[in-house]
Amino acid sequence: MEEIIKVENLTHTYGIGTPFERSAVKDMSLSVYRGELLGLIGHTGSGKSTLIQHLNGLLKPTSGRILLDGKDIWAEPKKIRDVRFRVGLVFQYPEYQLFEETAYKDIAFGPMNMGLKGDELDRRIRDAARFAGLRDELLDKSPFALSGGQKRRVAIAGVIAMEPEVLVLDEPSAGLDPRGREELLEHIRAYHRERGNTVVLVSHSMEEIARYADRIAVLAHGKVLMRGTPREVFSRGGELVKAGLDVPQTTRVAMELRRRGLEIDPAVYTVEELRDALLARKKGGAR
Amino acid sequence: MSTNIRTENLSFSYPGDEERQPTVALDGVTLEIERGSFVVVLGHNGSGKSTLAKTFNAVLLPSGGTVYVDGMDTSSEELLLEIRRRIGMVFQNPDNQIVANVVEEDVAFAPENLGVPTAEIRRRVDDALEAVGMTDFTLHAPHLLSGGQKQRIAIAGVLAMLPECIVLDEATAMLDPIGRREVLNVIEGLHREKDVTVVLITHHMNEAEHADRVIVMDHGKVAMDGTPKAVFSRAEELKALGLTVPDTVALLRELKAGGMDVPVDALTVEECADAILNAMK
Amino acid sequence: MLKDITLGQYFPGTTLAHRLDPRTKLIAVVCYIVGIFNCHSAWAYGLMVLTLIVSARIAKVGAKALLRGLRPVLFIIAFTAVLNLFYTPGEVLWTWWVLKITREGIRTAVAMMARITLLITGTFLLTYTTSPIQLTDGLESLLNPLKKLRVPVHELAMMMSIALRFIPTLIEETDKIMSAQKARGADFESGGLVQRAKALIPLLVPLFVSAFRRADELATAMECRCYHGGEGRTKLHVLHFAARDYAVLALYLALAVGVIVLD
Repeated sequence: MEEIIKVENLTHTYGIGTPFERSAVKDMSLSVYRGELLGLIGHTGSGKSTLIQHLNGLLKPTSGRILLDGKDIWAEPKKIRDVRFRVGLVFQYPEYQLFEETAYKDIAFGPMNMGLKGDELDRRIRDAARFAGLRDELLDKSPFALSGGQKRRVAIAGVIAMEPEVLVLDEPSAGLDPRGREELLEHIRAYHRERGNTVVLVSHSMEEIARYADRIAVLAHGKVLMRGTPREVFSRGGELVKAGLDVPQTTRVAMELRRRGLEIDPAVYTVEELRDALLARKKGGAR
Repeated sequence: MSTNIRTENLSFSYPGDEERQPTVALDGVTLEIERGSFVVVLGHNGSGKSTLAKTFNAVLLPSGGTVYVDGMDTSSEELLLEIRRRIGMVFQNPDNQIVANVVEEDVAFAPENLGVPTAEIRRRVDDALEAVGMTDFTLHAPHLLSGGQKQRIAIAGVLAMLPECIVLDEATAMLDPIGRREVLNVIEGLHREKDVTVVLITHHMNEAEHADRVIVMDHGKVAMDGTPKAVFSRAEELKALGLTVPDTVALLRELKAGGMDVPVDALTVEECADAILNAMK
Repeated sequence: MLKDITLGQYFPGTTLAHRLDPRTKLIAVVCYIVGIFNCHSAWAYGLMVLTLIVSARIAKVGAKALLRGLRPVLFIIAFTAVLNLFYTPGEVLWTWWVLKITREGIRTAVAMMARITLLITGTFLLTYTTSPIQLTDGLESLLNPLKKLRVPVHELAMMMSIALRFIPTLIEETDKIMSAQKARGADFESGGLVQRAKALIPLLVPLFVSAFRRADELATAMECRCYHGGEGRTKLHVLHFAARDYAVLALYLALAVGVIVLD
């Protein structure tokens, strides 16, 4: 697998020289592979927000490097804006950044900053809106007249329209209801599959990460605590719980069953897998 | 048990403007909340659950029907303060409900408004902060606290009114899992130890685990009403209403469909494991 | 960047300076300012600096924190100093083209810099040690006589305290929106004046929308907590003068009067 982003020994310290001095990320190294959907998980204060703002050069490392396609993004500080077009970052609650008269114009903001116009601009806006699941007739409405979920999609489309090689989303489903959450994540998955682009999904819902990510990195206290496939990570459920992280409810049931002496593969983490494992055992036991 | 809040054929519409049509948010809701109960109100966005909560303490007045708090009609102007004192409200955004720059002064805000004597305010503030486990933060600046801590301060601010009932209007929606657990622990503690009535409005299914009643709202009407077990055993209907069931229930349903003899209403991880082990014997 | 602004920021503590009645501190600051504007000689300025240092020590506020508050007004200080340096008539020490520096110019420039610096750090010491609510309580109490003239003293005080409460929140929000727009390629740092002003629209529109939303939600939350104006309101902290307040007031009054009379 080929690395598209490589984080090398990244440290970021806030408020240097003040009483509030604090390192949010400490000597962290992490790779993002081309075309994968990487899930980043960790609770507030684990350093995940600080980390992702380094990926597109919004924050500058106190020490360490960020390599994009093998090149240090800070090699030419004047060209940092180009990095932001290549690594698109959707912040938490992105609907609060909308400002234009219509949803269409708001989505156009990013691509226009790239210097795009005419047919190409229009194509990108419409493609992005489709990926985010926005119906065409909503594009001419004021973003402030839309519902909360629709506003969020406009904001996400605004970043997708820049057609970044890597799309980073910070808690895209926060605050939405179950249906809204599922629809949004399905759209992101469809975008990932159709475009084949790299996606980094930050979440504090283990259920969500378990369902959508190819690979998971667990952050804690400014470091990478674990990394691997969902199967590898959730098989270490006990450690996750110890680190104060939520594990999927299914994993918790499996852990409880194991604790009470029922032999269950610790790597099981979806409802379907646990069902199959239990039904197979039941049959085996009856025989 | 006596009734704490009662609505009679309650309806409410938001007036329209240039951009939007007028919308009916509540459509003939009749229900009673018993004193000392723990009620979870579920529903997707726009189902009317938050609107319902806001009619409980006269933030919104009914367009039709009536709401009674301990027998007092919420539309009577002269009872307004007493109604709001009895029904404490905690909202979604922690930053937009903290008034003061120091934790203790924020908790004191409501009793100050109610004209409580100074010595009594002090006592209430200290008690409230202890009840939410935030005594160590008495003199802190709220904007430096975590989301969960801020919401605990907001709960303390409401507790200082010595309310009969606390209504949490999606108060956990913006929190991370740790913050959510902090807030839920505090709420469960208050319900258990102080016998406060709790109305918890949420769309996190797992938060219904400890409730003794679940109300599901849809299109401004009560769609389901019963114990958590009764409500979650109706998985198909919930799905049709844009909601899900906890994974424990989903698993048990799958096992049952696969021919295992299990009950389908276990909500906690322990109950679920019990049910499975029983069936495996 | 924006987080560096400490304007109106309160550092909780339990020092003598924190425990003083806010009215005492307000009057003391007024005395101090009157003193500053009546300083002429170096010893008087020295006395003022000494007062500030001792007060800061008592309040346990470090020099760094105190001086950081000056950053936003550094430009104004420099500007006034330069104006005074070149435009005060008097004994010419040095000329170049139309610029000349006079002995009096140097004196006035230094004096102006000292005055503004002391004025601002002195006021910051007040806001560092006094919570905004205490501050507004103090102001409300001192201005109470104006209620008879139908000045809405309570309402003004409440507005001020809420404004102060939301400064850090709105600064954080500004930072966030700025980052979000930068992530979409917004450029706040280059271009001409018109271009830069235009670049602020994507920042200001969301900021205003959000501020109004916050105001709306806060108003509801306040009503839910039984807020109904100043009538019949009691206080967690009732203001009362203790012995320490009289002592501090006496010292500051003596300082102001001393400087006026002797210098």
